[in-house]
Amino acid sequence: MSQDNAWGAQQETDASYLADKSQVTEPSFDWTEPFTVDGGIIPLDDLVDATINAVVPVLRPIFQVIAEPIAWILNGIEALLLWIPAPFIIVALALLALKFSTRAIAIGSFVGLLSIGLIGAWDAAMTTLSLVITSLFFCIIIGLPMGIWLSRSDKAVSIVRPILDAMQTTPAFVYLIPIVMVFSPGKVAGVIVTIIFAVPPVIRLTNLGIRQVPADLIEAAKAFGTSPRQLLFKVQLPLALPTIMAGVNQTLMLGLSMVVIASMIAVPGLGLMVLQGIGRNDIGIATVGGLGIVILAIILDRITQHIGSKQHK
Amino acid sequence: MKTKLSVQNVYKIFGKHPKKAMSLLERGKSKDDIFSSIGQTVGVNDASFDIYEGEIFVIMGLSGSGKSTMVRMLNRLIEPTKGKIFLDDVDIAQLNDEELRQIRLHKISMVFQSFALMPHLSVRDNVAFGLDLAGEVSETERIERANAALDRVGLLANGDSLPKELSGGMQQRVGLARALCINPDVLLMDEAFSALDPLIRTEMQDELLRLQAEDKRTIVFISHDLDEAVRIGDRIAIMQDGDVVQVGTPDEIINQPANDYVRSFFRGVDVSTILTAKDVARRKQQTLIKKTSDTGLSTSLQLLKDNDRDFGYVVDASNHYIGVVSIDSLKQAQSKQQSLEHALLKQPHAIDADTPLGDLISDVAQAPCSPAVINDQGKFLGIISKTILLEALDRQTGDPL
Ligand SMILES: Nc1ncnc2c1ncn2[C@@H]1O[C@H](COP(=O)(O)OP(=O)(O)O)[C@@H](O)[C@H]1O
Ligand SMILES: [Mg+2]
Repeated sequence: MSQDNAWGAQQETDASYLADKSQVTEPSFDWTEPFTVDGGIIPLDDLVDATINAVVPVLRPIFQVIAEPIAWILNGIEALLLWIPAPFIIVALALLALKFSTRAIAIGSFVGLLSIGLIGAWDAAMTTLSLVITSLFFCIIIGLPMGIWLSRSDKAVSIVRPILDAMQTTPAFVYLIPIVMVFSPGKVAGVIVTIIFAVPPVIRLTNLGIRQVPADLIEAAKAFGTSPRQLLFKVQLPLALPTIMAGVNQTLMLGLSMVVIASMIAVPGLGLMVLQGIGRNDIGIATVGGLGIVILAIILDRITQHIGSKQHK
Repeated sequence: MKTKLSVQNVYKIFGKHPKKAMSLLERGKSKDDIFSSIGQTVGVNDASFDIYEGEIFVIMGLSGSGKSTMVRMLNRLIEPTKGKIFLDDVDIAQLNDEELRQIRLHKISMVFQSFALMPHLSVRDNVAFGLDLAGEVSETERIERANAALDRVGLLANGDSLPKELSGGMQQRVGLARALCINPDVLLMDEAFSALDPLIRTEMQDELLRLQAEDKRTIVFISHDLDEAVRIGDRIAIMQDGDVVQVGTPDEIINQPANDYVRSFFRGVDVSTILTAKDVARRKQQTLIKKTSDTGLSTSLQLLKDNDRDFGYVVDASNHYIGVVSIDSLKQAQSKQQSLEHALLKQPHAIDADTPLGDLISDVAQAPCSPAVINDQGKFLGIISKTILLEALDRQTGDPL
């Protein structure tokens, strides 16, 4: 009620102000505080609102097409992870860790996953994992070709780099709303938000890795008759692989760090447990969710870190 | 001799305005002028030379003289700005990408100073790299041929190693095997042994000569080291600041250097290993006795006395060397009523034409007279006196400039 009054009061003064002609000739513009005009001198927020409102209905069908494969893969992975009995997943991940990294990490991941189950966060963790894996999948699908393209053109780098910077520095809340508007709240929107936030490292490090391949190796490969495609697949990508894997690792970590934020647009999983815990002031459930995220993060980090470094041992 | 590669008026300008630089060059502007006025570097300036089939052709010059640029234009790792480069009858400079790729896959391969082995591939896969790219042979044949190439450089046992597990010398053997594995007509070697320490380097030169004796490939070898150039080169081209200033056999380069730049390479060079007996043997200043059926002791004695010599060198009608006689030995034989053969001295033995100077110093020093030099058919080429030998050896310490 008090808010309505405030608005009403303002409109009244506005009207009287318009009626009073003597005051129009003498606007109360104070140059020492020039930016206090209500709504800003340039009404950017109105402009954005108007644009979004105009554009969203037009673009929505297009975005639905994008959402389709994402939803398909996401649901598939989630169903699979929830269908496989938990013990299998625990053992499989531990074996994966054993193959790609050290025995200690394998044991750690076994114990970690076991504790996720024991604290009752298993299903939520699998939902989160499927979300993260789907995001990672699309990040690689998008990021690898982008990185390759950037490695071949300095001009492309000068155009794309500021965009990547913006993607990483803009707070997720800023694009959360428009994304929800076009994709409607839910897991798909969560994946999209995660991709935007997490894809830059793959792009950057693929570009970097390819550019770092020593020039004499490129020259030697050309001297022996590589086609451009052979040069890429037989020399540049294999030699850039450790760097690319570092990018994949970072992308994975950024993806996990988005889990809580994504839960604000109705994405289920560990993030939602944390969010609900905060909302209901239930420190217990927030801790369970938080611990699940941390354990998952450590396991995925260690495994992917070692995949990259093992290539060149 | 058949010409394998023919380089005809080839130029390379580094920079964004090669046309401008070319027109300035044609108007007789110097390279320094062109660099200071329009900032273009003339890497190679009007190079022309022929490389014969089966020879080791060394391109030598100081650092920055354009050697690497020149050799990279032969397989177009660097595009020539102007000129023709014929491999057999094909102008390499005119090939399109696919034709060029075929040449690189089958005809010209390269060995690099930095080895440039692929760190992610095993030694064997490195050697098979070219075959793999061509994709024309089965995997079994590829491995077989890679193993054969590895065997030739003595590394068959190391096929499964990674390059970084090998020493520098071994890595370059792998580089050599990789280049040989495609059985190329032409082998380009850009300072291939320069990164190796001196002992290994000599070993690799020997290895290259051994391989070359087996398959007589056309090899273009870049070096900044005269010792190496003379050791392995059949002919040498000398580059100076982008120009090819001289092309010739090692002998020609050493004995008739085109200019002071070429001469400057001899400084610090060990002449005793480069020059051989035939390089310093003198024909004049000695007395030759032609042995015919009626050449007797008295005519020989008279000849020596007339020329005021103590020793005489006996050859047959077709100049085959027979031996050396002295006034004393002739007189002795005369008193015993013997023939010319009996007057021949036991010492000194004739010296083989290809003996390096370093190996004949003691022979010459200890001999009672100057030894004769003969070629592989036993023909007399001249003699080496102590004075001549000292003069020749002195060239390395003298000041050629
Ligand atoms: N890519 C390049 N851009 C500009 N200048 C170059 C380039 N490559 C070589 N040069 C110049 O060309 C000249 C010859 O270089 P190079 O062929 O490498 O000499 P070398 O192998 O005899 O040491 C040098 O002056 C060098 O600075
Ligand atoms: Mg060089």
